[in-house]
Amino acid sequence: MSLRPDLAAIAAHVAPGTRVLDIGCGDGALMAELESASDVDARGMELDPALVERCVARGLSVVQGDANTDLANYPDKAFDYAILSQTLQTATRPDLILDELLRVGDKAFVSFPNFAHWRTRAALMFGGRMPVTRALPVSWYETTNIHHVTIDDFRELARAKGARIECAWYFAHENEIGAAAANWRAEFAVFQLSR
Amino acid sequence: MNKAAASNIYDILDDLPLDSGQVLTGAQIAYETYGELAADRSNAVLICHALTGDQYVASNHPITGKPGWWERMVGPGKPIDTDCHHVICANVIGSCMGSTGPASEASDGAAYAMRFPVITIRDMVRGLMALLDGLKIERLHTVVGGSMGGMQALSLAANWPERAERVLVIASTARHSAQNIAFHEVGRQAIMADPAWADGDYYASGASPDNGLAVARMAAHITYLSEEGLTEKFGRRLQNRKSKSFGFDADFQVESYLRYQGSGFTQRFDANSYLYITRAMDYFDLAEEHGGKLANAFHGTSARFCLVSFDTDWLYPTAESRHIVHALNAAGAKVSFVELSAPNGHDSFLLEHEQLDRVVQGFVE
Repeated sequence: MSLRPDLAAIAAHVAPGTRVLDIGCGDGALMAELESASDVDARGMELDPALVERCVARGLSVVQGDANTDLANYPDKAFDYAILSQTLQTATRPDLILDELLRVGDKAFVSFPNFAHWRTRAALMFGGRMPVTRALPVSWYETTNIHHVTIDDFRELARAKGARIECAWYFAHENEIGAAAANWRAEFAVFQLSR
Repeated sequence: MNKAAASNIYDILDDLPLDSGQVLTGAQIAYETYGELAADRSNAVLICHALTGDQYVASNHPITGKPGWWERMVGPGKPIDTDCHHVICANVIGSCMGSTGPASEASDGAAYAMRFPVITIRDMVRGLMALLDGLKIERLHTVVGGSMGGMQALSLAANWPERAERVLVIASTARHSAQNIAFHEVGRQAIMADPAWADGDYYASGASPDNGLAVARMAAHITYLSEEGLTEKFGRRLQNRKSKSFGFDADFQVESYLRYQGSGFTQRFDANSYLYITRAMDYFDLAEEHGGKLANAFHGTSARFCLVSFDTDWLYPTAESRHIVHALNAAGAKVSFVELSAPNGHDSFLLEHEQLDRVVQGFVE
């Protein structure tokens, strides 16, 4: 089974035997990997009932819910890790979600597509149109990404929220790249945070 | 498999203590089983039935001759697969299909009638636990229930947490709302207003409050459906006539349908059982039993939970299931929840629904 690169980076850094909440867990690929490979107690939240059904059918504990509102129902520090992969940019208020992640989880993993990648910049600069790229494949009018964010924006948000960036991984074309000029070079990024 | 047979009867030898403080002496539980019990007794699935359900979950009903009420879900190769699970379904106490209820004989040889003690959902589960003790099943692989069956599954999980590994609750609630109680009261008053009810003492008379019970069923049946479902099924169509009769016959198809449902129901159900079981449901409030906080009911549970609701169910709407999910989250329990889309309201859990099948199969296997 091959995980999406951001999920693989997260999976590689979740300590075995811990409790994890995967918010926007999709079909449960990361949860299944964590449960089978590292004996993690994984719980999920997913908005799409068809995906929840697939998760339940594979034996995962997933609740149909909306990250914008339903995280409030989890107690403080109920999890060792709260994971938000490729969902931050779809949130009504990404800043409030980040607060909630660091409330329910001791640590948080956040992955998102970087709007400042050079392809996106070039598309906007030379095309003058909202970019449709490999990392952002959907037109502006039907994308669920309502809060586009760059790596530098996210670093700034983390700082403003008093969150410590413990680690970060950057990816271009499925491959991990170095941190140098990541805001130009990375198509997406994964951050590990704590507070 | 499809042949109706007299149910197995389990005699509860000890007195059954009840929430009211009374005890039920010499109670019997009628039950059906399907599929083989594994040598290590680890594959038992208890299915809890709804208000007017019975133990014939996957075999023909002995009175109506109709197929079991969840035959599409339970059987060889079905989502609850009797090729690998030992399925147990028992008639709850207070009911009328072989388990002790108001129509049963009391120690003086006459029917209990209204001398039957008022029971609760937890009392029903006490009866089921006594049955499991008798069957020497310490831990269920899964307890499953829809509607009132879901209340029993929740009560079992809360009060006997070590006895089920998995808890599947479909279209149910942790407490009866004012609206739920109100509809039940309409049904009870319809029965009690029938002169044949005779303060519940009708068993020896040969008459029974069928008219009242039919009205109770008609009112309740509306709550099991959705407006969308009724409109699609009947609309304003007339029943076997070209124009309105300007009278009070069943002009509309929906009237005819409800009358049919009402009178059919009286053939198989006891009016006093209807009073007692609706009362038990109205008294159900799992949080109240646990210091007013639902999360307390599930504190320290190691069971896995799965809750399912239907978007058109206005009897036990999705919010009720979410309320339970939030309590389970707060208690740190393993829980899954999904709201499924279905046109037929509360009854959807009994009807064809592929997504429900996949969820049940995935959770139970």
